[in-house]
Amino acid sequence: MKDLILLFVSAALVNNVVLTQFLGICPFLGVSKKVKTAAGMGAAVIFVITLASMCTFAIQKLILDPLELGYLQTVVFILVIAALVQFVEMVLKKISPALYNALGVYLPLITTNCAVLGVAINNIQFEHTFLQSIFYSVGIASGFTLSIVILAGLRERMENNTEIPKSFQGSPIVLITAALMAIAFSGFAGLM
Amino acid sequence: MKRYMERLWNGIIKENPIFVLMLGMCPTLAVTTSATNGLGMGLTTAVVLIMSNALISLLRKMIPDRVRIPAYIVVVASFVTIVQLLLQAYLKSLNDALGIYIPLIVVNCIILGRAEAYASRNSVGLAIFDGIGMGLGFTVGLTCIGLVRELLGAGTVFGAAVMPKAYEPITIFVKPAGAFLVVALLGALQNKFKLKSATNGSVPATAGCGGSCDKCAGSACAENHARIAEKK
Repeated sequence: MKDLILLFVSAALVNNVVLTQFLGICPFLGVSKKVKTAAGMGAAVIFVITLASMCTFAIQKLILDPLELGYLQTVVFILVIAALVQFVEMVLKKISPALYNALGVYLPLITTNCAVLGVAINNIQFEHTFLQSIFYSVGIASGFTLSIVILAGLRERMENNTEIPKSFQGSPIVLITAALMAIAFSGFAGLM
Repeated sequence: MKRYMERLWNGIIKENPIFVLMLGMCPTLAVTTSATNGLGMGLTTAVVLIMSNALISLLRKMIPDRVRIPAYIVVVASFVTIVQLLLQAYLKSLNDALGIYIPLIVVNCIILGRAEAYASRNSVGLAIFDGIGMGLGFTVGLTCIGLVRELLGAGTVFGAAVMPKAYEPITIFVKPAGAFLVVALLGALQNKFKLKSATNGSVPATAGCGGSCDKCAGSACAENHARIAEKK
């Protein structure tokens, strides 16, 4: 159990998916204007990453490995993820309209989120067990949610700030903020 | 002939994917710790882009419109797999340096973007030259960012020490935070000198990725989209 918790913490904080591995930069910069939307995106990412890594793990171990089709990994994984996202969207719409309203708009954006494919491939490369891969995926996704919510909080505060130099307004100041966050997160390396 | 040269000029200078369109930010930030890595990643992406542009252009009349995106993804993923296997066999060191970012070329917006915006509408020759132009533009961009980070962060250029001994490397530039800093400063310079860039809204939204911003989570596209909506 201790190992699993350690894996979770290291995935969420020490190896933060956005700030140290640069996966999922696009939504991190693009959907972080408001805390509310950022939290919605984060929740959708936790949901999809966990589901996708379970599916891809099962496919790798039950289909690709026994048939020695390991070289099809990239093709199969990306298709599974794309199909899964579509499927989740349809199921949510039918079963839980409330959840669909909260997460629905973010779901199509997730197919292009490289963190999903990245986590699925990492789970196989790091030779995780099924349980480990779940903890790792939830950890990575929580790390993503944490950092996108923090960035959104910071961006909300500086939205009407007129002291930002003109050249730095817009995307440069967001990237500078992300850089400062990355410095802060690098402090977590001492945790391990 | 002029149209082919125009494609090269367009990809490398006019619509440079990194400096102007701001596409493919993940590899831009992640693998540019040195000029060599930037060059390697750029060329790998360029090869995939040229091949996928060619095949998608050849298949453009056969792929039904409704399933075009999954079809493009399969084409791109196949080429990425081929390139990945070749790198594993012949360029082991580059493969180890780039690691997970090689399979992730599949979700690089430049590739799907060019398929959607250009290759699916033009002849094979033009699509190939578009791939070469965009691929080289991406390579130039990544190598430049890698050069700056390597020079400041390690005092070397392509692995060769160039800075005087007294220079104390600013290690942060080769750390993750440095990646954000360099791209932020690049954006600030572009704003300052009013250079064309997707991040300050001076590039038409249709330039990079076929204009389907609502389907794309690309940072540049999202910003672009908001600015265009504001103007309307």
